[in-house]
Parts: sequence; structure tokens; C-alpha cells
Amino acid sequence: MAERKNGAETNGQTNGHPQGFVGTRQIRPDGVDKVTGRARFGADFNLPGQLIGRVLRSPHPHARIVSIDTSKAEALPGVKAVITREDFGDQPSEFIPAGEMMMNYKDVVRNVMAREKALYEGHAVAAVAATSTAIARRALKLIDVKYEVLPHVIDVVLAMRPDAPLLHDDLFTVGVEPKPEKPSNIAKRVEIKVGDVEAGFKKADLIVEREFKTAPVHQGYIEPHAALATVSEDGATELWTTTQGHFIVRAHCARLLGLDMGKVRVTATEIGGGFGGKTVVYLEPLAIALSRKAKRPVKMVMSREEVFKASGPTSGATVRVKMGATRDGKFVAAFAELKYQAGAFQGSPVQPGTMCAYAPYDIEHVHVIGYDVVSNRPKVAAYRAPGAPISEYAVESVVDEIAKKLGLDPIELRMMNAAHEGTKAAYGPKFGPIGLEETLNSIKKTEHWNTPLRKWQGRGVASGFWFNIGGETSVSLTVNEDGTISLMAGTPDIGGLRAALASVAADELGVPYDKVRPIIGDTGSVSFNFLTGGSRSAFSGSMAIVEAAKQIKNELLARACKLWEAKPDQVEWKDGAVRPLGALGEKVKPMTIAEFAKISGKLGGPIGGVGRINAQGAGPSFGTHLVDLEVDPETGRTTILRYTVAQDAGKALHPAYVEGQFQGGAVQGIGWALNEEYIYGDDGKLQNAGFLDYRMPVASDVPMIDAILVEVGNPKHPYGVRGVGETPIVPPLGAIANAMENATGIRFTELPMSPPKVLKALQEQGRNKP
Amino acid sequence: MAKHHIEATVNGDAVEFLCETEETLLDVLRDTLNLTGSKEGCASGDCGACSVMLDGRLVCSCLVLGCEVAGRKVETIEGMAKGESLHPLQQQFLKSAALQCGICTPGVLVASKALLERSPDPTETEVRYWLAGNLCRCTGYDKIVSAVMDAAATLRKG
Amino acid sequence: MARVVLIGNLAQLTGGVAEFQLSATSVKQLFQQLAELHPALGAHLQEGVAVAIDGQIYQDTLFEPIGPDSEVFVLPQIAGG
Repeated sequence: MAERKNGAETNGQTNGHPQGFVGTRQIRPDGVDKVTGRARFGADFNLPGQLIGRVLRSPHPHARIVSIDTSKAEALPGVKAVITREDFGDQPSEFIPAGEMMMNYKDVVRNVMAREKALYEGHAVAAVAATSTAIARRALKLIDVKYEVLPHVIDVVLAMRPDAPLLHDDLFTVGVEPKPEKPSNIAKRVEIKVGDVEAGFKKADLIVEREFKTAPVHQGYIEPHAALATVSEDGATELWTTTQGHFIVRAHCARLLGLDMGKVRVTATEIGGGFGGKTVVYLEPLAIALSRKAKRPVKMVMSREEVFKASGPTSGATVRVKMGATRDGKFVAAFAELKYQAGAFQGSPVQPGTMCAYAPYDIEHVHVIGYDVVSNRPKVAAYRAPGAPISEYAVESVVDEIAKKLGLDPIELRMMNAAHEGTKAAYGPKFGPIGLEETLNSIKKTEHWNTPLRKWQGRGVASGFWFNIGGETSVSLTVNEDGTISLMAGTPDIGGLRAALASVAADELGVPYDKVRPIIGDTGSVSFNFLTGGSRSAFSGSMAIVEAAKQIKNELLARACKLWEAKPDQVEWKDGAVRPLGALGEKVKPMTIAEFAKISGKLGGPIGGVGRINAQGAGPSFGTHLVDLEVDPETGRTTILRYTVAQDAGKALHPAYVEGQFQGGAVQGIGWALNEEYIYGDDGKLQNAGFLDYRMPVASDVPMIDAILVEVGNPKHPYGVRGVGETPIVPPLGAIANAMENATGIRFTELPMSPPKVLKALQEQGRNKP
Repeated sequence: MAKHHIEATVNGDAVEFLCETEETLLDVLRDTLNLTGSKEGCASGDCGACSVMLDGRLVCSCLVLGCEVAGRKVETIEGMAKGESLHPLQQQFLKSAALQCGICTPGVLVASKALLERSPDPTETEVRYWLAGNLCRCTGYDKIVSAVMDAAATLRKG
Repeated sequence: MARVVLIGNLAQLTGGVAEFQLSATSVKQLFQQLAELHPALGAHLQEGVAVAIDGQIYQDTLFEPIGPDSEVFVLPQIAGG
């Protein structure tokens, strides 16, 4: 039975692990540096003698690069190196898994530096390193690029037409039979199928079919990309970069530039936001190539305009959803067709989009088709639960419409169809224990849900989830001579990870929280770590710490046995010390970690442990969001009045930072739903490449975000942890669209529901007055 | 083009530096004076990550030229703590977990301090509108606003 | 015999066959047996797939055991952002 504890509903599971600091709100160890300005982010690093690197970018959305003449730039005093496509060896076509988006280095090398064609406005065409920013800028102007401008296409539906401008003449749609003879912009067709939807629809009393459209949105991290590289004459390379995955950066740079990984040492600086957008490389290979040529360190930082134009916003998409339900509300059939932009090179998150679309529900017949489509805009990079917000926006909107048409409460309708333990997911396997129903119940019990609304106010609810992953993770725990603990992890800390990991280490070793000092090690200091993403860093890191701590405890137990001439069954580890049992207790006193540490040499050597795992057992995190909003009929502006998030964290290692994930993701979703979009002109150029017109939520746009921590323990994790970072961005789009319908009676099928669009819709009905 | 020789006060210290005409105060702080606490998020005054106080007024240092601060007083995030004591705002941000990645935090703290100095008992709405010039992408602003209100209460108690 | 189901596009590489009964006792054996039956599928299995065994998703792990009555799904790999 669920119990409430500090705002968290738990199922009482702790999986048998000690809990002292875990689950409490400790001060994060990196916090003081962050509130004093001392913490060093990507652009805060400098090396003596460094050069400044800048990138020349294509002004055309689609053009053949006929020639590049860098001679005048190279001759400019102060310019120490210029690079182009000539400085990067071509890469053979080979698909490598990079999470849900297969990566092809043939595409990566072309995205990092254009080769035959410029495929989007902002595509890197050349780069220079000079003794000052001013000289670097002047040098860019002296590079003479001859373009043959080609017609461009951006919208996904237009890009799928057989007569659309073709981006790659060697791109033949994978996943269709028979194999196409002509190339197209459709890279891939994916599909999941369960049962027989046609038969299912025949059993439906109500069928709702709608088409939805979303625009590309950017992850919106406040810190632009930055990299500082220094290459020695023997090829040894050091790189500081703001990234979610410094081991991945190392792998990409080594591959693209023909370097041994062991010779490349990458330090992940503090990172000012990533949300998936900093899991790929942009500046790093360029900085290394320039430094290699110039024989001096090269520092590169993107401008805000470059971030918008040349890094990877997520897909814009067109989604068609058709669902059938009985008059009692049971979903009997569900179909969807997703068309996602991949940007200049293939690899949109349409696959997880298809898998997530109906995942919260137990539906007998499901058929989802997805298309991965290239077009002349920047290559898509991951954005928090990639692909899921888009498909679940569409599905949750239709679920809401079904509720309204059947006269059913939207939470009751979801409860009736909710996936639970044992439900077979549309993407195949049965769910283990999951918390969807608990989140729906939590929302139902809130005062928010039961508050009356006024005219032009509306309420919406939606659910969503993310799979979550584990992955390769390495941590080391070192016991210092004074008994303090150094914890080295290898997954960049994007929002409080060090606090969570320190709590786990402290509990595992029975030492005070402030005696554990966590750092994120560089690629030379700790074994391989997959990147921070997939909601994995706290889940996997804590698992690895349990392993490392086990090694230390076992080692100290063995040393105690030797020292006390005791047998293993005469000693035990408890509360930070090895304790003698039974009669032995009359001869010797317990020994703490600190006491062992003082004489570590005498007992065999330094004390430490490593956890090197490929963490498995990640459990999905389900969430339900509830939003009240008010529409101003005279301006079309929407004000969020109230917002509540209920999400299953399994076990919150640090409740405040888990709440922070809920709140941050919800507000990103608010921005996506109401205001954010990439606006392209007919010329294929981005018109709003700045924070003024790419309008993200500010403090005055949103209310407090109430966070309800649900804890349905994950039986596969020693503490019951589920990743939480991504799920929060999945429900908001649907919840807000549903609230808009509730407020205005209009079902908005295009995002964002920005004031001009809302006003126009109201004007068309003659209702744009209070 | 000759650089300008500028004398000013930064965080209570007399400083002098050379800067180009087009260099912003943010450039000078970060690249010349090695005060990297103020951040560049946009260089167009839209994100507030570069917020500093200029003669007691909250400004975006990316919108001020380096030469404009001649003879004037600049206060940055680096001057907020007094010796080993953090300002109550800084302490509250840590207690309330009002930061995640921390890139916006210096700007938010400088702006919040400016608010509380002129309005020691702000409403939630006042805090939100005052901080509307400081973009945060991680927190959704909830814990930031709570922290400012709680720090205000602490400061009022003296 | 474990029941093995291919999700999504993988059945296209087997001429449409999506379900198998196999005697594999580990993911490694599973991939070997599938590759023997359908060589086109084999190459694909080395990269880019996840395996769900009795409801638990495993990624990138060859030695995970499969029981005689296990239900196994081979699905596209997932990461995140």
C-alpha cells in the first residue's frame, strides 16, 4: 500500500539498502563554486598562447560547394591555421548505434565540415584560428567560397514528395519493399504492429482521427558550445569541452581525425545545459584540427546565432493518429503515422516516437508507422526523450477527444486503459512494476484537480513515459589516508548528480556526507563511461558505486581478519566500521574506515574500489501532468495558472534534484507547446536565431510547478532507482493542448499554440472578445 | 587602432585595463580581468547570464562597452560573498536546490540581490517579473523564486 | 524453448518471419541461432538492437541468460537525450 513520505508516495521498497543520506536534501558538493561564479564552464577555460577559432558557415540552405579559396585568409597576419573539407579524411559509410539514432560517420564528417554540399544555412564550410577574435572574423570574410545554389526543402511533407529537391543522391529508403530504384529524402520507414488494427477498429463504437503538426524546437541550453584543444607535436591531444559525454567526444574526434584514443584526453567542463543537444560533436574536431595545424592551443565558442543555426534542434513533424474505443471507454485499436524531420542527414528519433506513442496504454491492436525524412535544416540532435513528446502530444490529444465525446472523465479514461505490471507494451515486452496508475491517482487526489475554473480557463491532463537506459559506467572510490573518500565518476553532472552519488557513497561506506568528495574524471582518469543522457547517470552511477563500495568493504573485512587473526564469520561490516562478533569483541575493538586508512600500507596497500559495469535493469518512468491555463481572447495569449507533475522516480536519491527534473522538463514542454518554434523564410533561412524571437519561457510566464514524487521501486536497482530526467518533457504538450481545448472549445492540432495562432482561430469563430 | 586605457572599480578593487572600442564590459570582465563568473549566453541582452551592477544599477554587461565604465563602479558575482561568508541569497540557493546546471546562477543571483536591495519584501509576482530578464532552462524557475522569497525573509530578519 | 519475437523492421530481414522458438540460453546464442536461420538479420544483430527478456530490456550485453520458458523480444535500441 502506498504511503506518503515528504511529499513522496512510496511502496515501501528499499531493496534492503542502507539509507541515511540517500533520500535527503543535502547541499550539493559543487554548489558553492556555482553560486560564487568560481565553477568553470566550457568558455571559462584558457591556455597561454591560445588562438581563437571561428567557423565560416554557409549562407545557403542548399548548395553545391564548387570551390573554396583560403589563400587570402591564410595570408592575413595573425592567422595561424585555416581548415576546410581537405583537412578531414572521408569516412566510409558505416552505421554505428548511437542510442536510438543510428549514426553514420560518413554523415558525421560531413556535418562537422561540409564536403560536396552545404545542406543547411549555418553548415560549417571552413574554419580559421587566429591571434584574436577580430582577426579571425576578418579572415572568414577573406575566404572565397563558390556556391552553386540549389532549390531547398524544409517541411517534412514537402520533402517526402517525389519531386522534392534531393539532398543525397545515394539515399534510398530503407524499410520498404520492394527496394526503391530512385533515391529520395525518405531515409527510413519503421513500423511496429501488434494484433490487427482493422479488425480492432471494427469493434469500436467511436473512432477519432486527427492530424497534427509540430515545428522544430531547440534544446535551448543557455551555455553555447565551447571547446579548447591543444595538440602536441607527437599527436597527444588535450581537449576541454562542454559536453554530456566526454568519452563519446573522444571516440568521435579520434575517428574523424585518425587519432589513437589513448592519446586524446578529454575533460568535461561544467556544462551549462545540454538536454541531449551536447551528445554530439561540432566544434571539437575543428578545434583539434586547427590546433594540430597551428601548433598552438585553439579555443572556439559558438555565438547564440550559431547555436540556433548550426547545432541540432529536434524534429518538426506531421503525425496522424486514429484511435478506436468502445462506448465504455476501452481502447480497442490504435494507429499512427509519424513523419519526422531528420535535418540534413538521416537520424530523427522517429523510431522511439513510434514505440512511445501508445506505450502508456494497454491496447490489443496497435499499428504505428514512422518515416525518417531529411531536409535542409540542421541535423537533428537528441532532445530530452527524443521523439516521444511529439507522438504523445498527438495521442494524448486524441485520448482527450475520446474522453469528451464519450462523456468520460479524462483521468478515469486513462485509468481504464492504463498499462500496469504485466501489460504487454506496444513495442513488445511486458512491463515490470511501473507507476502510471499511481501518478494518475496522485493527480486525481490533488486540490488542483478539484479547483473550479472560470470562463476562458481550461484544464488538461496527459500522461507519458521514457524507457530509460543503463549503460557502461565506471566509478572509482578511493579512501584517503585521513579516511575521507574521493569519488570519481565519469558522467558529466548536468543537474545535481554529484549530490546524489555522494549520498550513495556515504551510505554505502557509512561515512558522513561531507567526507565524500565527488569529481567527474577526464577520459584519462577513469574507465569508459557512456554519456549522460537516457536518464541514466544517477541510476547507473549509484549502481557502480555499490559495486565499488562492496570491494572496499570486502577488502577491509579481509584485512581485519588478518589483523585480528579471525575467521570471516567472526567479523561484519556495519555503520562505517568492521566490527568483531561474539567473543572476538572482547579482544579487539571495531575499526573504522579512517583507522584502516591510517595504516593502509602496513595492511597491504592503498584502499579503493572500482565499479565498472554495463548497467542493466533500467525501469521506465511514467508521469502524469495536470495544467490549468487561461486564454485572453483579445490577444490570444495563454497564461499558465497552475501546474502539477506526478512522476514515478522509483527511489529519489536526492528529492530536490528529482523535483527539479520534473519542474524543468515541464517548463520546456510549456515553451514547446505555447511559443517555441523555428521560423524559416521562403529563402530557407532561420528568421529567429536569438532568444528574443525564439521565445522560451521566462520566470513571469510560469507559476510554481507542484511536484509529486511517486516511488514505485525498481526491483532491478539496489536502491530502487528509476531514471527521471526525460519523462517530464513528454506529457506537457498534450496536457496543454487539452487544457486549451477545455478553455476555448478549439482543438489545436498545430504547435506551438502561440498568440497569433490562437487569436486567428478565435477570430475565425468570431469569439475574440472576453 | 589604439586601445582605451580605463580605470574603474570592480568589486571594490581599483582596476585598470586596456580595451578595444568594440569590446563589451562582459568581454573585459571575462578575458582581461579574468572574472569569468559572468557568462555569455547570447551577447544581445536577452538572457541575463552576464548581469552585473553598474553604479548600483542592474545591467547586462554584454550591452555595456568596456570604455563606458571609466570612473564607475562595477559589481559582479565574484563580489557577492563577503570573505568566507556567502550572501544569504547564495546560501538559500544551495539549501533550496535552486540551481541545476548553474550557468544562469551568477546572473540570477546578481539580479535577485538588486531586487532585494530595492524591494525587501517582494511578492512572488514581483520576483518573477524582476527575474524575467534571466533565462533558465533547467529549473523551470520554481525553486529559484522560492529561494529568493526565502532569502528575502532571512534578510528582513536582519 | 524460448519464444523469440522480432519487433519493428527486423522481420523485413527474415522475409516476414517475426516469431521463433529457439533453444538459446544466452543473448550470444540467440544472435548466433538467428543469424544461422537468417544471415541478413545476423549482421544487424551485432549493432543497434536491444533484447527484452521476460519484460526486462537489456542493451549491449551478450551473456545475459535466457531461460527455457523465457519470452524474448528483439527491439530497436534506445538511448535518450
